[in-house]
Amino acid sequence: MEKMNILVFGRHPQIMETVLRLINSQPDWKAEGAITDQEAVEKFNSNFNLVLIGGGVAESSKKKLKTAFEKINPQIKMIRHYGGGGGLLFNEIEETIAQ
Amino acid sequence: MNTVLHKAATRGHANHGWLDTNHTFSFAHYHDPTRTHFGKLRVLNDDFVDGGMGFGTHPHDNMEIISIPLAGDLEHKDSMGNIAVIKQNDVQIMSAGTGIYHSEYNKNKDSKVNFLQIWVFPKQQDITPRYDQITFKPEDRVNKLQQIVSPSKTGEGVWINQDAWFHLGNLKKGFATEYEIKQKGNGVYAFVIEGEVTVGGQKLTKRDGYGVWDIEKFSITADSDAEVLLIEVPMS
Repeated sequence: MEKMNILVFGRHPQIMETVLRLINSQPDWKAEGAITDQEAVEKFNSNFNLVLIGGGVAESSKKKLKTAFEKINPQIKMIRHYGGGGGLLFNEIEETIAQ
Repeated sequence: MNTVLHKAATRGHANHGWLDTNHTFSFAHYHDPTRTHFGKLRVLNDDFVDGGMGFGTHPHDNMEIISIPLAGDLEHKDSMGNIAVIKQNDVQIMSAGTGIYHSEYNKNKDSKVNFLQIWVFPKQQDITPRYDQITFKPEDRVNKLQQIVSPSKTGEGVWINQDAWFHLGNLKKGFATEYEIKQKGNGVYAFVIEGEVTVGGQKLTKRDGYGVWDIEKFSITADSDAEVLLIEVPMS
């Protein structure tokens, strides 16, 4: 099975660390993180299937990044992630995969 | 009136040894696409934690988290510097806002703690994280609906960053009352903590959940001595 490649984008470094650890503990998922808009744009490539948007990201940043990501991968899915350990994380990703 | 019934036995269940947990809505590795939320109510977990055990430090952001101990004592520590023990008759709220870390442990070594962990999507995103807890008088909810969570900072109960109201009732057999929706467009999720009640004509037993919306008020009748939690939240 092909890995689900996830870009996690959020402003909180400690939450980012936990989210990346949780995602990367799953055999079929692989995640990288970005804290700044510039870092997200630089990291994003056509291999990513999903972008998780964490807390603290302004609407203007979301719009800007959505436009930039869709130029590279028009099928990219961007969803809101609510921090809380693995409580919602796995559901958010599984729900997106199921769609 | 629209309704949804979640019988207790249909909840997601996971036994991790130290934690025996029941999920009314999809959570962790329990995923049912038909049960992901009730309006802005996202999580309703009924957790039993072994003595001395608990949830290690983990992050939250942009979620209103309400803990209601039903039995035993729960110790809370967070990255805002709060250290507290919440007990039966306490209600704790944490607005995760821009992000916090916290841990929750059973304070007692030799007995389980049972608590409801409730997550509500916030009205306003990225607020400054906040913590509060209130001890309520149990006698004030005997044959009454005691307000424990309110969207008004001056209202009864802990303040929540959402147009949501929570009530607890300790209802004696035969007692009947009505609940009026506080805000148009909201729905109410009734969760039976103990006993048997009829809510809006639906008979419910221990740990059943029943959501009602598109309604202005509904009846509640205790078919036995019962404890019920009412969670009113926006539906959209």
